[in-house]
Amino acid sequence: MKLMRLSMYVLGALWLVPFIWVFLTSFQPRETIGSGLFQFTYTLDNYTSAWSGAPFLQYYLNTTIIVLGILSVQLFTATLAAYVFAKMEFKGKEILFVLFLVQLMVPNEALIVPNFQIISDFSLIDTKLAVMMPYFMTALGVFLLRQQFKSIPAELEEAARIDGCGPLRIITKIYLPLSVPTYVAFSLVSVSTHWNNFLWPLIVTNSEKNRPITVGLSLFSGSYETGAQFAVLTAATIIVVAPLLLAFLIFQRQFMNSFMQTGIK
Amino acid sequence: MKKRLRTKLHTWFFLLPSLVFLILFTFYPMIQTLIQSFTHTFRGETFFVGMENYLMLKDDKVFWKVMGNTVTFVLAVVPISMALALSMALFLNRKFIGSGIMRAVFFYPAIIPSVAIANIWLFVYTPNFGLLSQFLSLFGISSLNILGNTETVLWGTIVMAIWKEAGFYMIFYLAGLQNLSKEIYESTKLDGANSWQSFSRITFPLLMPTTLFVLILATTNAFKLVDHLVVMTGGGPNNASNLLLFYIYQTAFSYWNDSKAAVLTIIFLVILLSIAVFQLVVLERKIHYR
Repeated sequence: MKLMRLSMYVLGALWLVPFIWVFLTSFQPRETIGSGLFQFTYTLDNYTSAWSGAPFLQYYLNTTIIVLGILSVQLFTATLAAYVFAKMEFKGKEILFVLFLVQLMVPNEALIVPNFQIISDFSLIDTKLAVMMPYFMTALGVFLLRQQFKSIPAELEEAARIDGCGPLRIITKIYLPLSVPTYVAFSLVSVSTHWNNFLWPLIVTNSEKNRPITVGLSLFSGSYETGAQFAVLTAATIIVVAPLLLAFLIFQRQFMNSFMQTGIK
Repeated sequence: MKKRLRTKLHTWFFLLPSLVFLILFTFYPMIQTLIQSFTHTFRGETFFVGMENYLMLKDDKVFWKVMGNTVTFVLAVVPISMALALSMALFLNRKFIGSGIMRAVFFYPAIIPSVAIANIWLFVYTPNFGLLSQFLSLFGISSLNILGNTETVLWGTIVMAIWKEAGFYMIFYLAGLQNLSKEIYESTKLDGANSWQSFSRITFPLLMPTTLFVLILATTNAFKLVDHLVVMTGGGPNNASNLLLFYIYQTAFSYWNDSKAAVLTIIFLVILLSIAVFQLVVLERKIHYR
């Protein structure tokens, strides 16, 4: 038991060391890189070089627009579909539900080639819309919200209907306010998934104006190969990672609970 | 009557936005790819070629290399990260000073972009300057180039993938452990079972539904993990670290071989759908069992 505990601390150290080392390296003067594990001269030069070497602010802005764009459309489409699957009866409901299930099994990553074709047929290559569009429908969101809506008693809806409310009003007045935790969990998962998305935006963007931060970082890495620029690259990595990491440290519990909730269904 | 029609209209009107995107970006591309995998386009003309595109893969050495790598990658990453995830969860299931911090330490790679993770591990593996090189040089071991060697490069990426994924699966095991009742443990303690016995006879079997769920999640994820290849190795050297999804990407966007990319995509879809069928058959049964 003692041994198990000790090995877990070693494991923890293994998890922490690469990041801490990158963090420390990013503050080291370029000339001293590689001349030993620990150094105690610090500088912000790497950050200023990295910041001026690529339009990170623009990339951040692009990512923010893309992520929020995806999320808002997802919330809209998923809420409506979830309401139908939770509360309405109609012919073909089961079959349709299975078709929705398929999207959970076939992630967009598997369809990058044909989806690229579709996006270029729409002449949307190198737009933010191209990055967002394949994710506008989310089976995960539909399932999570459907589960949640199902747990809301029908009497509430009946009462509202007698008062003359249509389904849209019923959704906004009853279902939305009662499902806030589910919406928060789904939003957190959606935002962090799409913030980290890489391969698809790499394929469909090719300008600073539309590139998200992940693609921006990979291009920046590609242009720096030699050891002298090593430190600048570590700084760029930290610049990209910092906001997410800070958000995680502040809302740690919420993050983990959200992932747990969306995973377990 | 009028009311019924209105409900019907609402139903379809509400489903429409989701359906449009579901068809456009999931079903249409799947069918399109299937058709394309049986055709060949030459000078703007498209011919139906039957199974030819599939049969061509038979003698494609790179394809088999990539498939072999993918199998190795998945078979290494999935069980090892799951075993680590379970150990982490068992370790953190009880509250102690610093358990919150440890939990965050294991989990944080899950929320960092994979490109940034690839960068971090690039720094670890870089010869001379890298963390690993510098660490080993303390013991007089001279520089080794993990990412430049066909023997080691795949394992270098496997270690990185485990580091990225294990903490993510940990949280599902933590949730699973919290659902187990305390009373069972107390009764086994009275029976004099040691901690290994109570783990292997009680905890692990009771965690089976969680394990199956994580297994599906981890396997699907492992097939999708290719972002690091763009940054770290480009699939090389000599395709030694190449994986199926990255190979699809290269075939389509570097070699512009659409028919072959379509065939590879179909193979990828078949793999993913088999996992889904396995899930439906095995996982559903287990849940009822519980």
